[in-house]
Amino acid sequence: MPINYYIFLSIALFCIGIVGVLTRRNAIIIFMCIEIMLNAVNLLLVAFSKMHHLKNVAANASAGSEGQLFVFFIMVVAAAEVSVGLSIIVMMYRNIHSVDINFLNRLKH
Amino acid sequence: MLAVFSALMVITSKNPVFSVIWLILVFFSISGHYLLFNAQFLAIVNIIVYAGAIMVLFLYVLMLLDLKKETEPQKNHWIKIAGAVAGGCLLLVLVAALKKADNINNIVATREGDIGLIQNLGKLLFNEYVVPFEISSILFLSAMVGAMVIGKKE
Repeated sequence: MPINYYIFLSIALFCIGIVGVLTRRNAIIIFMCIEIMLNAVNLLLVAFSKMHHLKNVAANASAGSEGQLFVFFIMVVAAAEVSVGLSIIVMMYRNIHSVDINFLNRLKH
Repeated sequence: MLAVFSALMVITSKNPVFSVIWLILVFFSISGHYLLFNAQFLAIVNIIVYAGAIMVLFLYVLMLLDLKKETEPQKNHWIKIAGAVAGGCLLLVLVAALKKADNINNIVATREGDIGLIQNLGKLLFNEYVVPFEISSILFLSAMVGAMVIGKKE
């Protein structure tokens, strides 16, 4: 199937993630929408790595592997970021007993 | 498709536990797309890392905080509409920018090619990209230390 379909699918997932980050008030759900955005980018990278592989398969047997390795490293970074972000959310809950992000306006006063 | 519908249900569920379940469905559908590309290593790693570990972490935190129903007062109805309009504008701009690209109409064959097989990826990872691999282990160490320092009870 042409690569346009995968570009549009990845764009749709990314924009749904952005709408989720802007709209929701629960900090945990905002975090999950960041993961949706990361997965959309991963999908696009794998699709393009396959396209490059098919274009250069005569010259080099492992032409498109860099895309998939980059996706692997993105997953590594996402896992580390989830652990640190969730610990920050737990500390926030311990201080103000709510995960509503509108309560963080109190830093203004 | 299934991925887009599940992602929409993630952002429009009132109960946070439903959002986690829909997010697991999103991860499984994206792993299915990886399998269509014959990227077997990435599909399995996606399921193990994302749907296995990260979602379990989210569920632990949700159960720890004991959130049953999200409280959403009525006054930010306009914020929801504004957010949806902003995201929709971004979607329109990106789609319109990429619709007229007529030299990328390549057909991506889905089940051939062996760059997704784990032995080829592993050979490449350990021969040429060994420095990012070691640096990512240091990254994990620092993330673990950071998470433990932040989460300590005084």
